[in-house]
Amino acid sequence: MNAAVRPEAELPAIIKALYERFGESTFVRQHTAESMPTLWVGRDKVMAVLRYLRDEASPRYEMLLDLTAIDERMRVHREGQPASDFTVVYHPTSFSGNCDIRIKVALRMGDLSIPTAIPLWSSANWQERECWDLFGIVFTGHPNLTRILCPPTWKGHALRKDHPARATEMEPYRMSDEIQDREQEALRFRPEEWGLSRKSDTSEFMFLNFGPNHPAAHGVIRFALQLDGENVLDVVPDVGYHHRGAEKMAERQTWHTFIPYTDRIDYLGGVMNNLPYVMAVEKMAGIQVPERVKVIRVMLAEFFRICSHLLFYGTWAVDLGQLSPLFYCFVDREKAFNIIESICGARMHPGWFRIGGVAQDLPKGWDKLIREFVEYFPKRLTEYDKMVMANSVIRQRTRGVGVIDTAGAFDWAMTGPALRATGLEWDYRKNRPYSGYENFEFEVPVGVNGDCYDRAAVRVEEMRQSCRIIKQCLENMPEGPYKSDHPLATPPLKEKSRLDIETLINHFLGVSWGPVMDPTEVTMTIEATKGLNMYYMVNDGGIGSYRTRIRTPSFIHIQAIPFLSRGLMLADFTAVVATTDFVMADVDR
Amino acid sequence: MFELTVGSLLNIVAMLAAVAVIAALLIWIERRVLGFLSERLGPNRVGPFGILQSVADVVKLITKEDWVPPFSDKLVFVVAPLIVPIAMLLSFGVLPIAPGVGVMDLNIGLLWVFAMAGLGAYSAMLGGLASNNKFALLGGLRAAGQMISYEVFMGVSILGVVILGDSFNLREIVEAQRDGWFVFPQFVGFVVFVIAGLAETKRWPFDLAEGESEIISGFNTEYSGMKFGLFFVGEYIGMLLLSALIPVLFFGGWYAPFGLELPNPVVSGLFWMFIKTSFWVFFFILVRAALVRPRYDQLMNYGWLVMLPLSLLNLLITGAVVLAQGN
Repeated sequence: MNAAVRPEAELPAIIKALYERFGESTFVRQHTAESMPTLWVGRDKVMAVLRYLRDEASPRYEMLLDLTAIDERMRVHREGQPASDFTVVYHPTSFSGNCDIRIKVALRMGDLSIPTAIPLWSSANWQERECWDLFGIVFTGHPNLTRILCPPTWKGHALRKDHPARATEMEPYRMSDEIQDREQEALRFRPEEWGLSRKSDTSEFMFLNFGPNHPAAHGVIRFALQLDGENVLDVVPDVGYHHRGAEKMAERQTWHTFIPYTDRIDYLGGVMNNLPYVMAVEKMAGIQVPERVKVIRVMLAEFFRICSHLLFYGTWAVDLGQLSPLFYCFVDREKAFNIIESICGARMHPGWFRIGGVAQDLPKGWDKLIREFVEYFPKRLTEYDKMVMANSVIRQRTRGVGVIDTAGAFDWAMTGPALRATGLEWDYRKNRPYSGYENFEFEVPVGVNGDCYDRAAVRVEEMRQSCRIIKQCLENMPEGPYKSDHPLATPPLKEKSRLDIETLINHFLGVSWGPVMDPTEVTMTIEATKGLNMYYMVNDGGIGSYRTRIRTPSFIHIQAIPFLSRGLMLADFTAVVATTDFVMADVDR
Repeated sequence: MFELTVGSLLNIVAMLAAVAVIAALLIWIERRVLGFLSERLGPNRVGPFGILQSVADVVKLITKEDWVPPFSDKLVFVVAPLIVPIAMLLSFGVLPIAPGVGVMDLNIGLLWVFAMAGLGAYSAMLGGLASNNKFALLGGLRAAGQMISYEVFMGVSILGVVILGDSFNLREIVEAQRDGWFVFPQFVGFVVFVIAGLAETKRWPFDLAEGESEIISGFNTEYSGMKFGLFFVGEYIGMLLLSALIPVLFFGGWYAPFGLELPNPVVSGLFWMFIKTSFWVFFFILVRAALVRPRYDQLMNYGWLVMLPLSLLNLLITGAVVLAQGN
């Protein structure tokens, strides 16, 4: 008898363990496109299940990678799923076991409340605030359940299906002086609301608005600092100034037309943002992309990693008070952008990946430009090492500053270079290779102390490794088509649609309407420039996504800044902010 | 030829004009050199090679709205930026440029320079306090702490030179170096003086009072137009003063090295002072391009725990050696 055909044997181990522990009737299992274990659980049991996953399960699920919600009221295809108006989705991830699980909780309109997960994971704080802000779900026991992305005076919850998606669906907006005063008053920082006292026995504290416009704030973000002299006692980050509603826009766009929007999420990551999105859609559509596409995608993604890290490197040095490296880094970045431009036709937001491939084939002579770059760039990095990383003042300023250990990084859901700086050798490209990363030789740099210096050092070394990967792409670029000939590849190969009526019809449907795929759910994660970037999409059988959740590393990381910078001096605070390496567009989406 | 005497009208006018022009040029030179050092061009549009950039800047700064924040302490706010350029210009009065070239010949010349530098510190302090802005306040506090501390070591570091030159008069100090520069016997004093002097001028890497990435623009956050320009001018005159003082105190002033004297002593003096001063100007620009700003507490620790003992030790040893030799 073949054990594999028995349904019990097919059950993933973690689901079996959960069934044994809580009883099979507690859960409803759901199947998804990427076959991630997905279980529905009742609101009363969810905290027990999550606690079990974190503390007792084998492997342990150390991090809450994501927490989000879905407004299910307009769904058409929900076969086999429990009745739900709003679904809260938990996505714990295990680093030791290298696996994920998705836990869903159904909530009914009129009783949108669920216990907070902050006692389990500190990182749940902002994600729950976001869910409250955008869906109106109440997390009982949350200390500051206030708006986070929308302004404090906003009416309604933006990601609900009944909330307008366009300004033209609303009354014309006029801002009178009165409204302006009211809005500004609403933004005033009140320490009491955050449990901060205005003075101690010995001194009166100063509350300093570090931003929204500050040279070292790297975009429009505000940190309200509680200062005793120059010592930072506490920090309250205030985000949302850059909120465009990308997730809402995704609900209005077709699968194909949303691609350029993804570019603007982490605007330093360029086409790297396209990658998880198109891979997720390809997963749903069942498209296998040609080898050449995979290598081209990897090559461009690594170019953008270099560009993003170079920007970090230069601005970090400037934030510490070193003037020159910024300019050198920008010169190199310019060279990389020239290559990107010659391949994609645009520099920062090429929007160049397509469902099933890339927009065009590589131009003639692409290898010459790249060969020059891979030979030139490592030498420059060595120079910067001498100038920046070996500089004794920089070492003094950043070693032992803003320290976090691996357990802390799990608690705050820090991923990417920040997690690797704590000494955990874990890279999505290595541990769960996607887009053919398993075929490349590269190392995963790790730090030791998890301080500002290590976070920077990890990024510097990553640039070297990226350069190595690009070199391998250059030497081993496979021949073949730049797009899959799958009917859902959008738009199809131009040459084919000229000759073949079937492809022409697909082209017409894909572009004028949109590709249609069977209803399912999919999650796709990549190792983006700043950490794990994840697209979680619910497909209800339409021409576009029913719900798109974009999990960005920057949003999660900013949350940890108060933890990292309490007790430091003001100058250290800028070092911590710089090594957090966030992009406001990535934070606010 | 007419006779050149210290303090003549020609001297005063020429000195004032020279300092003003050179300080303006310095702004351009610094931006240009920094540009080249960071693979840029720097300002190159106004006049040949952009040499008139400062003129354009001044025109712009003067024609800008002369804004005084309504929440500031208005009188102090307006007076503060005036202090530093005036104090720095007055310091130039005692600077010996060449034999017979200079404005004043004070027997307390060195003390005069320190007094003026001390006054200059008030500019940043008062500007920061009067702005009534939190960033300016932090900048003003940093300026006060930094300048008061570093003035101490600067003063002590120079006493070795005073002992060797046996005078506070800058001209006599220069003349005492006819047979040998003081930089050799006073090397420690020289190093301490350069570092402390850099801190006094609040230039990179000691620009904590401005600390752009931390406190926006520090004490001058609320300043705009020519009032901001005056802080700027003051900083550059200060840098010029420091670059001229270092040769005077340690590198033999107007005396030529290796006997490379030009025929006319005045021309020779002017020439060599120019060369030596230029060297230090470029040195400070290079420092700005290369070094990193330390943290405030690190700066203070460095000052009180390293610089002060060093300069005191230097003074002690110099005094002991001179006493031993004198007997």
